[in-house]
Amino acid sequence: MKKIIITVVGQDTVGIIAKVCTYLAGNEVNILDISQTIVSGYFNMMMIVDIGGSKKPFEDIQHELNQIGDEIGVQIRCQREEIFEMMHRI
Amino acid sequence: MISINEVIETNEMIDKENLDVRTITLGISLLDCISPDLGELNKNIREKILNVAKNLVSVGREIEKEFGIPIVNKRISVTPVALIGGAACHSPEDFVSIAKTLDSTAGEVGVNIIGGFSALAAKGMTKADELLIRAIPEALSVTNRVCSSVVVGSTKTGIDMDAVRLMGSIIKETAEKTADRDSCGCSKLVVLCNAPDDNPFMAGAFHGVTEADAIINVGVSGPGVVKTALEKVRGKDFEILCKTIKDTAFKVTRVGQLVAGEASRRLNIPFGIVDLSLAPTPAIGDSVADILKEIGVEYPGAPGTTAALALLNDQVKKGGVMAANYVGGLSGAFIPVSEDQGMIEAVEKGALTLEKLEAMTCVCSVGLDMIAIPGNTSDTTIAGIIADEMALGMVNQKTTAVRIIPVIGKDVGDTVEFGGLFGYAPVMRVNPFGCGDFVNRKGRIPAPIHSFKN
Repeated sequence: MKKIIITVVGQDTVGIIAKVCTYLAGNEVNILDISQTIVSGYFNMMMIVDIGGSKKPFEDIQHELNQIGDEIGVQIRCQREEIFEMMHRI
Repeated sequence: MISINEVIETNEMIDKENLDVRTITLGISLLDCISPDLGELNKNIREKILNVAKNLVSVGREIEKEFGIPIVNKRISVTPVALIGGAACHSPEDFVSIAKTLDSTAGEVGVNIIGGFSALAAKGMTKADELLIRAIPEALSVTNRVCSSVVVGSTKTGIDMDAVRLMGSIIKETAEKTADRDSCGCSKLVVLCNAPDDNPFMAGAFHGVTEADAIINVGVSGPGVVKTALEKVRGKDFEILCKTIKDTAFKVTRVGQLVAGEASRRLNIPFGIVDLSLAPTPAIGDSVADILKEIGVEYPGAPGTTAALALLNDQVKKGGVMAANYVGGLSGAFIPVSEDQGMIEAVEKGALTLEKLEAMTCVCSVGLDMIAIPGNTSDTTIAGIIADEMALGMVNQKTTAVRIIPVIGKDVGDTVEFGGLFGYAPVMRVNPFGCGDFVNRKGRIPAPIHSFKN
């Protein structure tokens, strides 16, 4: 298990989740949790995913998701889960 | 499982509140480089640093990318050079050659600053200490990346006033040698009392002799995060104020611990300490002064500032200590003038004076830091300022430091630009009355008594 947090921030539009999920499915990345909220009028989505089963290294997934973000006009960020665990859990 | 709100909170700290890891500093012992032959010594130093630090910058970048946290600086500290150059160096010029080696090697491994062109003269100067100190003005004028520090006192040894007096002249000479660049050589030179061996922050970082062969020390930051957290409890009582600072310091420090552990593992170099510091930068929203204003003083320097700073410093430590596996370095709120937009503003408004800054350094890390003073300030007055600050450290059993810049050709009312993280500073007024008869006395101030505390 190699948990990654994917966050998507931007103007809400049709197909954001579909696009990201299609990419993840195509690269054998398993989605563990998904949630979304609106903060200051911006669409915020967070996915906890496991990239342990993917053949692609983390940096490629990070880079390609960034590109998808650019295409659909949102910011997509991939971070290893530990930074959030460290900060918010004792 | 981590919630979306926690993820948003962390990323807002990074995106909007300037949360970063200020520095990963790789401490490297140069004790095994010692040779009586200067050429051999320089060669050994270069090879040792290249060997140990070759992956430092790339690993730092990897960590930044994977966790999404900026790591502002990747730096190196080395054994105080006076300790390793004694056998080979017979003149200040010989020591300058080591500074050049440090500078070019730091460039080769891609770090922006290397610290440790230093001498430990808390009780007295060896011949090597004195030669190195006399090499500082030239060394800092011909290098870009080298930082220098001189320890002139400690609680256990007292203050070496001969070294203090010499440093008054050396600071002035360094200013003159770099007069064409607003005397910026002095921004890389610090005089210390009770210097820690594991400080990751420049300009005072060196790799102490108590340390292992190589060690990873990390300095965290986050004044903007604390400021934003305090905005949400405006007007609340001291209990809530303190708890908020502690909680925030905990979160910020945990990120530093994570980065330190990752860097240590990937570089296969032991983790040393996390330095719990609030380190400002000249960027808007990255200011310790703004926290003091949020706590309730109109400008830093107003009555109440020292108490507010004492509270802030203590809560940062209390929150941070639990978040880090090992704590060390300077660990406290830094109050440099030129590197903090709010401090600059306070000086410009006339709220903050050198004397009030001195009082503030009694309760926080570290000392009179990045302060521009008139270029015609005398050597003895600079030595007197150093002696005062060292006395605070000696008696209060804490680290104190002086990084002061007599800007040649400038006077009170002028502004000095140091560039980048060093920022800019208004030239501050110095008390015009003399202290020559005091600092010109030879010898040292004895160590203070450790009982009858009052």
